[in-house]
Amino acid sequence: MSVQLTNRSRPVDRRPMNWAERLYLINIFKGMAITLKHFFKKKATIKYPEETRPFSKVFRGLQILNRDEEGRERCTACGLCAVACPAEAITMEAAERQEGEENLYREEKYAAKYEINMLRCIFCGYCEEACPKDAIYLSQTFTPANYQRKGFIYKKEDLLIPNPVTDPEGYQKALGTISREKEGV
Amino acid sequence: MYLLAIDWFFILEKLALIFVIIMLSMGVAMYATYGERKVAAFIQDRIGPNRAGPFGLFQPLADGGKLFFKEEIIPLASSKFLFILGPLLAMVTALLTSAVIPWGSSMTIGNRQVPLQVADVNIGILYVFGVVSLGVYGIMLGGWASNNKFSLLAAIRGASQMVSYELAMGLSLIAVLMLTGSLQMSVIVGEQYNSVWNIVYQPLGFIIFFICALAETNRTPFDLPEAENELNFGYHQEYSSMKLGFYLFAEYINMFISGVIMATLYFGGYDIPFVNEAHLAQRIGENWVALLTFLMLMAKALFFVFVFMWIRWTIPRFRFDQLMHLGWKRLIPLALANMILTAVVILWLKK
Repeated sequence: MSVQLTNRSRPVDRRPMNWAERLYLINIFKGMAITLKHFFKKKATIKYPEETRPFSKVFRGLQILNRDEEGRERCTACGLCAVACPAEAITMEAAERQEGEENLYREEKYAAKYEINMLRCIFCGYCEEACPKDAIYLSQTFTPANYQRKGFIYKKEDLLIPNPVTDPEGYQKALGTISREKEGV
Repeated sequence: MYLLAIDWFFILEKLALIFVIIMLSMGVAMYATYGERKVAAFIQDRIGPNRAGPFGLFQPLADGGKLFFKEEIIPLASSKFLFILGPLLAMVTALLTSAVIPWGSSMTIGNRQVPLQVADVNIGILYVFGVVSLGVYGIMLGGWASNNKFSLLAAIRGASQMVSYELAMGLSLIAVLMLTGSLQMSVIVGEQYNSVWNIVYQPLGFIIFFICALAETNRTPFDLPEAENELNFGYHQEYSSMKLGFYLFAEYINMFISGVIMATLYFGGYDIPFVNEAHLAQRIGENWVALLTFLMLMAKALFFVFVFMWIRWTIPRFRFDQLMHLGWKRLIPLALANMILTAVVILWLKK
């Protein structure tokens, strides 16, 4: 016996069509009334580049590398994100901070090279979870476009958030989604 | 001597008229593609093409340009002459029909009376029928010359469909002819101009005519010749570039022309409803009235074009046996009954 989930189900009418029904006209007019109703309905389209759909707070888009308030890179090239990455999209090379670079890097070790292959990335957000330094975040940016595959391998320059000291506006814009996410969590 | 007696203004006037009408049909067909996409979108709760120009109004230009620049492919195994003749015939027959349609009341230019009709032949309707039946050659030749099974099947379907529905169409028209007693388009319109529209006397005849017009122009629900999911686009499957464009274009021109013919035969042609044109002409001048009547005819025709599209995006395609069943077993008896009923009533009233 089947369980009734809704009360909308109706038994199928298998009676042979009568004369009026075989003319099809009445049912055609009914159908046309339905389509005409849809003609004046509100459209579901979102005109994409001009309008965007609001994302949830936990939307996972392209990664960004975070900086601290003084504009220093947070990443210490520990490699935990690369380990956590199930798609093996992340590679990095570490380097030691030299004298006079204290305004660039937050700690003594930093990522000289940091690459994410966006074609491999599955946007699972494990890198963000793995990071002990709050250095990598998934932003709300999506649909990257490029002419070549190599353009999808994002370098450190592509990933870094704008510097809050030199470009506070850009920084706030990029940060906006992250801070909201933090509040939400 | 006779050669010099040619009325040059007459020729000039007709040439100008032909040019205007052909340009008009082309323009309407072009924007009918845009309209089709918009109507489809609106019925499906979308907004349709809106990128090329304001409201996407340049979309037909972009589509046309694209079609022109596509590669022309003529299949090796095709019959080349007929392959090229197919779309040509489709286009020519689609445009030819417009010759006998009265597009508006007559204008006065200088001291000449200029009727807005290319050829007021006394067998107008017959001519329309003849040319429309020729339209099947475009499909047949195209489908056969492609040397492709799908195309051939589609061509055969198209031919049988057009032949069967022409019958019911003709029968439904006979009733109109009995009412007016003339085959001449201008007389048919004139009759409705002075009294009521034919639709009042012939509602059933109009419905039959409309259904047949759908079938004749290969529009859904009767678009079996180009059924995408069964026949891979049917008779124009092997066509590319502007030859394909001509086929698609011919369909839209056919649609427009059949809209005009329906308006002419059943909805008073260029008659403006509830307005006495003669009084209006005294007030604003004859030429303005001619323009207004022309716009009225266009409005009626475009309404029918809209209904065609509306139907296309509502009703699924008929199966072939259903199509034949409807044509031969329903529409033809109905049209016959309508014809006989009309004849009886006319005889009754005359007695």
